Parts: sequence; structure tokens; C-alpha cells
Amino acid sequence: MNDDGLRVGVFVCECGKNIAGSLDCQKVSDYAATLPDVVCSVVNKYTCAEPGQQEIKRHIKEQNLNRVVVASCTPRMHEPTFRNCVSEAGLNPYLMEMANIREHVSWAHLNDWDAATQKAMDTVRISVARAKLLRPQEEARIPVMREVLVIGGGVAGIQSALDLADAGYQVHLVEKEASVGGIMAALDKTYPTMDCSI
Amino acid sequence: MMDVGRHPKINLYTYSEVEEVSGYIGNFHVKVRKKARYVNEDECNACGECEKVCPVVGPDGFQMGFSSHKAIYMPFPQAVPSVYILDDELCLGHNPIACGKCADVCEKDCIDFDMEEQIIEIDVGAVIVATGMDVYDPTEMDEYGYTRFDNVITSMEFERLISAGGPTEGYFVRPSDQKTPKRIAFIQCVGSRSNSTTGNPYCSNICCMNTVKDSLLLKDHYPDIEITVFYMDIRAFGKGFEDLYMRSKMAGVNYIRGLPGEFFEDPETNNLTLIAEDTNTGDIKSYEFDTVVLSVGVIPRKDSDVVGKLFTLSRTEDGFFMESHPKLKPVDAPTGGVFFAGCAEYPKDVKDSVTQASAAAARAQVLLNAGEISIEAITSECLTEDCTSCGICVSVCPFNAIRGGDAKAKIPAEVIEAMCKGCGTCAAECNFDAFTMKHFEDAQYIAQIDAMLEGDHMANTVVFACNWCSYAGADLAGLSRLQYPATQRIMRTMCSGRVDSEFIMHAFEKGAPLVLVSGCHFVDCHYIDANRWTVKRVEKLWDKMEKLGIRPERLQLEWISAAEGQKWARTMRDLEELRQAVTKEEVEHTMRVFREEREKAEARAAKKAAKKLQPKTIAVEAEA
Repeated sequence: MNDDGLRVGVFVCECGKNIAGSLDCQKVSDYAATLPDVVCSVVNKYTCAEPGQQEIKRHIKEQNLNRVVVASCTPRMHEPTFRNCVSEAGLNPYLMEMANIREHVSWAHLNDWDAATQKAMDTVRISVARAKLLRPQEEARIPVMREVLVIGGGVAGIQSALDLADAGYQVHLVEKEASVGGIMAALDKTYPTMDCSI
Repeated sequence: MMDVGRHPKINLYTYSEVEEVSGYIGNFHVKVRKKARYVNEDECNACGECEKVCPVVGPDGFQMGFSSHKAIYMPFPQAVPSVYILDDELCLGHNPIACGKCADVCEKDCIDFDMEEQIIEIDVGAVIVATGMDVYDPTEMDEYGYTRFDNVITSMEFERLISAGGPTEGYFVRPSDQKTPKRIAFIQCVGSRSNSTTGNPYCSNICCMNTVKDSLLLKDHYPDIEITVFYMDIRAFGKGFEDLYMRSKMAGVNYIRGLPGEFFEDPETNNLTLIAEDTNTGDIKSYEFDTVVLSVGVIPRKDSDVVGKLFTLSRTEDGFFMESHPKLKPVDAPTGGVFFAGCAEYPKDVKDSVTQASAAAARAQVLLNAGEISIEAITSECLTEDCTSCGICVSVCPFNAIRGGDAKAKIPAEVIEAMCKGCGTCAAECNFDAFTMKHFEDAQYIAQIDAMLEGDHMANTVVFACNWCSYAGADLAGLSRLQYPATQRIMRTMCSGRVDSEFIMHAFEKGAPLVLVSGCHFVDCHYIDANRWTVKRVEKLWDKMEKLGIRPERLQLEWISAAEGQKWARTMRDLEELRQAVTKEEVEHTMRVFREEREKAEARAAKKAAKKLQPKTIAVEAEA
């Protein structure tokens, strides 16, 4: 262990064939294991699935990890999933970093095994470098006003407003025209039931 | 419709528009402008006496101009609220000498010529955008003669002419002679699935089934009428749709696969002659009709930008609002707490609009019901001891989230955390490194850049991609399996406004051949206009590079939206060409020059620190 006590775990996801079909996940994982402060590196078939998440949690506990890098899909997809996962194992969720080796690598370089593998290795190295400097963060809790604004009084706005109002929320429905109804009100009959629109 | 008007939990603001929005998920503060309708909504009982005496007549928009209404009128008989409205452009005015007749006869004194518009302020936790769509105007497609031939009408006009509540009380007549046509044609895909300069490339989703419905209505009213539908493909994919299409065929409607190529009007009879190829048989024939209905498509609302700007909503290439994820979050807007219902998101029929509206209501309830939510801890923090109170941060913050920064009063900057959205522009613009952008700190970027350029630093382009647009655009490129060379390494920033000049110079000093800063198009920036500071910063660096003898092309700036996967892939291919043109010699020169620049700057800073300059002096320099 180094002076800072950094213990990074890397979890490389195959995502079935989505990642493993275009690059060498094992090589990426083996490479990650050689990076300074990385204490374990694991390949999973589906990291986001329950067994994959269990692997992360188990390693956090057994290896005493204090940073986690998940090399899988875009953080825009599963960042909340893995933040929750590490948090359930007692790690601050902001100490988890994702390396996007699916959308930005395997899917974008389907037919270039070596280059995709190299890019995935680099992406993991870059993410580990960032992960090592991450700090725990506290999320602020904010109250939510129990009222809702609906903009537009056509058939969609009307339906949303009624559902929310029936559920007990105060609804403010704003319509630009002098009456609600929108385009629907100007139709005669509507398909497929051929009934009146109003 | 009526339920909306009388529901105790719904405040209905008609003739109103949302004008201003501040706040964030869970806590939006909204200003609504309620325009003056000059009739007291609470008192009017729709007796209609005012309308009887009104001497002014204007075209009735609801009836597509086929009939007229008075200057004071009911929008349509079933209007909600059931209240009259006065058209102030038609009205002669409230000067009793000019007119004022309506006010004289109104027993309840509802008419108030001096009514002013009101601003209503409301606080809400969630917003549903159900702003709908506009109907394609075929005026620009002159080939079908919509503006030249009387008996060419749109499908919206058809709706009014076949409706019992329409101007002809449901007796369908053609405009030129008010006679019921015996032969009628429908032309599909008008303004949709177009690859020419007129119309739109997408399928409008509803027009096929609308025509099937219209054909059955006509057959129901006039069993002997001859109906021909010219189409490209009939898309009858929904529940019960194929059945309805078969009913239309069984009723004798003639479907011809092929759109008319030529189109004439007989000046005597005002009948229309169409020449079209049936692409199923290859027959080219001439057809004569009494009336032609253009089945017009659906377009984004022309005022989409207004609502878009209020909530920083992006639009997909077709112009409709972009959802958070095309499959997994189809009703969520990328802006937290905002949801889509109906055609604002994409053309859809009544059933799909209702379905999405209920989904949006349910998604909003998930939020409203929680009562309290966590917000991401990505906010900025000012380290008071390093702050010189110069105030640059205050002037660049798009959300006015920074107080203080007053050089004269020597008040250091302070970030109001609840208002900070985390774009990081303050941290990038601060000349004194006084800001820490939580979770996106300077040191984290520098570490990423160093890791990127380890080994063969010439091999890859260094890319900064903003979370909401460019990074998502790269995701879409991958999702769409668009292929491009694997020679770029990507860093995520929440906003391109976070990209500090120092990061770029550091990348060049470490040997980067090429750097790309990418972000949202101006109207799409999720931090109002933070990316305008990105441009200024990049432009400054271009100047600097030019002066230092470095090709400015080696620093690229691109706006790539979340919908522009193709643009991302194309940009990556273009970058690769640029990267290959960069020579080892010029990179070595750049590395040396930027190292010297940094050393000079550090020496200057050390000198200043030694002199212990007053904050005021620094502020003046910074402003200069």
C-alpha cells in the first residue's frame, strides 16, 4: 500500500458481447492490475446485473477498496446504478468513476480489435488517474414543491393535468389560446374508434 | 375538456403564456403572463347578447377561415372556460361614440375595455411540457396548387368541413361552388417523408390513419362518393388500425401506390386533373377529381424556442424536443423535473398523446411524492484565502450564484450552493485558482491529461466533451454503431465552460498533437450561456498560439448536440486527418514554448506574491 493508502479496484465489463465482442476485456483487466494503486482488477459478464454488483461490493469489503473504477457503458446510463452499488458497500458514491469502453470504444470501433483494446486500456488508465484524486462528496437534500405546472391545454396537457389533480396535487394549467382543446378540438372524429373528438 | 375547467385542484390559465422561469428541479418559480380578454371570466355566463349586437365581423380561425365571427366571440361552442373573448384588433374600441354596444347590453357588466394583462407567479416542483405541434402549411409546395386552385384543401380544413359543428354543419362541400363532390382524392405525405427542399424528412405518424378515417366518414355520409388515396406506404401499425384500413378498402376506397406528378385545374369546372403512376402496376394514368385533400404532416411548434429557452431544452434534428433517453426515459426532459407529453416530443395521435400524458403525470408524481430529493454534489466553492475579490466570477456566472467579489469593498466571492448548477465557468475564468469545482477539480483534469499523453503522446487527440451534448453525441454515435478511427481520448466536463485555458496549455505542453473542445450549440447550453465563455477563451488561445508560432488549427472547437451522433463521428474522422498532419517537430516546439510560457507566468506570480500586491491593483489588471 502506498502512503496515501489508495486502494483502487477496477471492474471491466464484457456487457455480453457488446464489449467483449470488439476488444480484449481480459487484456484490459490485466493491464489495469499493473497500474499503481490498483489492488484488484476483475472481468464481469454483466457488471450492472446483480452478480456483477455483488462482485464490486465483495471486493470493496474484502480488499478494503477506497476507489472503484467501472469500465463499462456510458456514465449517462449507469452512473446512478454504480454509485448506489458502492454506497451500499459503505463507500462514498463519489469515489466511483466510470470508464466508457462501450459507447465510446467497442461500439465505435467494431472491426479494429487491437486499436479498440488499446483505447479501452488507455481509457481505464485515464479513469484510474482521475479516480485516485476523487474526494467524497455530500449531496444536499432539497424539498420538492407539491404543485405542478402543465404548459399546453391540448389533449396531452389535459390528460396530464387531470391525472395529477386526481392524485391530489395542485395543478396550474397554462394555455396560450382562449380555450383548452388544442388541435384535437378542431378534429371531427378520431381514429380508430371513430368517436367525437370533444 | 370540461373536467379541466371545474376540477378543484386545477388552476386554469387560458390566454396565458409562461414568461419566465427560475429555480430548479423541485423548486421552479414561474411567471405567467395572462393576457387581457376584456371579459370578466368569473362573471360571464356565455349568454351571447354581446355577440348579437357586435357590428364587426372577422374570419373564424377555429373554422379555418371558412366562416366568420364577431369581434366579441366564443372560441368554439364547447370552449373551456365557456367565456367570451374580445379581439382587440377587430373591436372598434371602447369609446362609446365609436361603439361600446357589447358593454351596453351585458347585464352582468362583464366587459371591461380597460382590462390589463396580469403577471401570475407560481411555485411548482415539476413541469409538464405539452405544447403540442403545428400543422404543415403546404403553401411552399406549389406543385399541388394549394394556393392556386380553390378545390385543393388541407386535411385540417377537411376536418372542419365534415364536422357537424363546422361551417357547413357537416354537409361536405367544395369551396369553389359549395357543391358536394362526387370524386375526391387524398394525397398522402404532404410535407412529410420528403427529400426535397420543401417539407420534412420524417414520417408524421398520424396522416395515413387520418385519411383512412376521413375516407370512412365520407363513405358514411355519401355512400356513392368515389374516393382515391395516393400514397407512398400506408402505415397502419397500431391496435385496430389495420382493421380500419381494411374497412376503408371494403367500403370501396381506391388506394393507389404513387404520388401524382402533374396537377392541373380546369378553369371552367374547377375540377382537378392528376397524372400519377401506380407503382404497383407501372400504369401511368390521368384522373379527374372535384376536390383534392392534401394530407398534411405535423411540424414542431413555431414557438418551440420560447419554451425551449425557459427550461434549456434541446431539440432533435427534426425540431421536436429531445427526451432524456429515446428508450429508457422517453418522457423525461434532460432538465431535471421537466417531462414531455404529446406532440411536443414527436408527432403522435390522440391515443399515444394520452398514453404519454399519463406517463408524464406518473413520472412527475415520482418526484412530487418524494417530498425531498438529493441533488448532485457538483457545485463550485470559492476558497476565500486565494480570492482577490476581482469579481470576474460574479460577472461570468450564468445563474447569478456568486455573491461578493467586490474589489472596492474587499469582499471575497461566495458561491450560493443552492443556486450553483455546476458548469464550472467560474473555476475556468478565475485567474487565481480560487475555485474548487467539486468532483471536477483542476487536479483531476491535469491527472487525466497526463494519463492520456503517457507513452506515445502523438498518437491521440485530446478531447473535452460536455456531458449534456457532445459526450451524449459520442454516446449516440456508439449506440448507432457509427465507426470512426480510435485515435482520440475523451474527458467529460459538465459544461464546455469548465475547460480552463490551463488544461489546454497543459495538454500542449505535455505533447498533445491536437486538442478538441466540444460542447452544446448556443441555444442548447444547459447552463444558459456558459459556452459563450468557452468561445472567448478558445479565441484568446488561438490568438496566443498564433503569436507563439503555433498553428491555431491544432486547437479545435466544435458544437455537437446529443442528437448529432453522425456529426460526432464525422468530426472524429476530420480530427484524425488533422492529427496526422501534425509533425513531431512542431509538437516539440509547442511543448517548449508552452513550458517557457508557464515558467514565465509562474515567475510573474511569484514576484507579485513577493510584492504582496493589494487585491485592488490585481483587480484592475484583471479587468484590463
